[in-house]
Amino acid sequence: MGNLLTVKNLNVTLEDQSILENVNFELAQGENLAVIGPNGSGKTVLLRSLMGTVEFSGEIIWDEKTRVGYVPQKIEADRHLPITIANLLSAKAQIFKFPLSEVEWAVNSAKLTKNILETPVGHLSGGQFQRALIAFALLGHPNVLLLDEPTASIDERGEEQIYELLHELQDKYKIAAILVSHDLSYVYRYATKVLCVNKQGMCYGIPEETLTPQVLDKLYGGPHKYYRHEHDQDSHS
Amino acid sequence: MTTGELYSIILAISGAAAAGIVGSFALMKRTVLAGDVMSHIAIPGLGLAVLWKLNPLLGGGMTLLLGILIIWHLEKNADLSTEAAIGVIFASSVALGALLINSKEELIDALFGGFGNLSTNEFFFGMAASLTIVIVIWLLRNKLIISLFSQELAAAEKINVGFVNLAFLLLFGLAILTGLRFLGALLAGALIIIPASAARQLTHTLGVFLFTSALLSVFSVVFGFWISQAYNLELGPTVVVVSAVLFVLSLLKKKR
Repeated sequence: MGNLLTVKNLNVTLEDQSILENVNFELAQGENLAVIGPNGSGKTVLLRSLMGTVEFSGEIIWDEKTRVGYVPQKIEADRHLPITIANLLSAKAQIFKFPLSEVEWAVNSAKLTKNILETPVGHLSGGQFQRALIAFALLGHPNVLLLDEPTASIDERGEEQIYELLHELQDKYKIAAILVSHDLSYVYRYATKVLCVNKQGMCYGIPEETLTPQVLDKLYGGPHKYYRHEHDQDSHS
Repeated sequence: MTTGELYSIILAISGAAAAGIVGSFALMKRTVLAGDVMSHIAIPGLGLAVLWKLNPLLGGGMTLLLGILIIWHLEKNADLSTEAAIGVIFASSVALGALLINSKEELIDALFGGFGNLSTNEFFFGMAASLTIVIVIWLLRNKLIISLFSQELAAAEKINVGFVNLAFLLLFGLAILTGLRFLGALLAGALIIIPASAARQLTHTLGVFLFTSALLSVFSVVFGFWISQAYNLELGPTVVVVSAVLFVLSLLKKKR
């Protein structure tokens, strides 16, 4: 079975600062890759380089048949924006000329209620908001989901529901995922592979074998430099 | 009402509708203030037009285009000094414009607009501009909506956010240019901002918001025209005051 994605010697430099150096990994069909690392270690930038929205050097090779869906980190939606998830889904469907049945499929798959669909995005709760973003990503039947800490802004119960939803979707539709997470219990439960990132790729493999205490100490324990948190730039503009 | 006045009011109404729609997107994009002061950069252009004996719209259009490119550039490379830069650029353009236009009467016209002597060319330009604004916004609406929500998500969906932003600013500039004739450079932004702000208070779904904004804008022009005729007042300021009253009334409604 061919890989959906092969990343070789990925390097990203932003504003003269090296964010990622020599990162290597692969993603096979249906695989569930967790990306872990401390704050500011370049995880979000890694996802962005996979989507081609930041400049990079090295190789990122996607299989031709790949359709990517992206679930960003919590977006600070403007409470005054009179835009609903129904508006957003219909906008995306019109841009890509998806039929109405595709929108219905995404809505049902992410278990969005009529109420969620018609509430302005700024008024949704954390869990509802993330489900709405998942529906938006599902539109177009992706076979890979890129998720940036999809549960960062929700309570534990909501977190559980999001993970279960994702797991169910991946199972049912054979969707591979690259999921950035802080949450090691998620990694042990759902991830088939794990990639540790702290500027460089520090570990890569099956979680149970890879995440030794020494590796985790090295990943989180050592002194690490703080740069400006990359997420803050775009979400507010 | 003479034929000239009829043409003027038809143009003012279509310009107002276009301004209302541009305004509602500007409000959602939160580029309202940058856009509002953007109209001031038309003033040195109007001055140059007087100096070189050009059509005022041509002069104003030229410096507006320059202003749009500056704002677009600042937006793309957002840092803390953006607002300061905008303040400096636009305040100095008002001053420069005032120096260039050294007739008091023409300065007043440039700043607050005048109504009479609409040429056929100006009428057709204005109608074409209003129509262009409405059509292009309609074509861009889906991309605008997604980038309003999140520029990051829009970029992930391969939407060229820089292009969408530039196109929107150009439409904003065109709306100002259309309003310049009646409202003048100081107030041209008002008809874009105020009806949209009032409509936002009154509505909470996208479609109704856009429609209400256009409607309030048109109402301000029509009612303002009527009052200015009845009491022999300047048209531009009257229209803006009417829209401001609508805004104050809209505040009375409790938002959910």
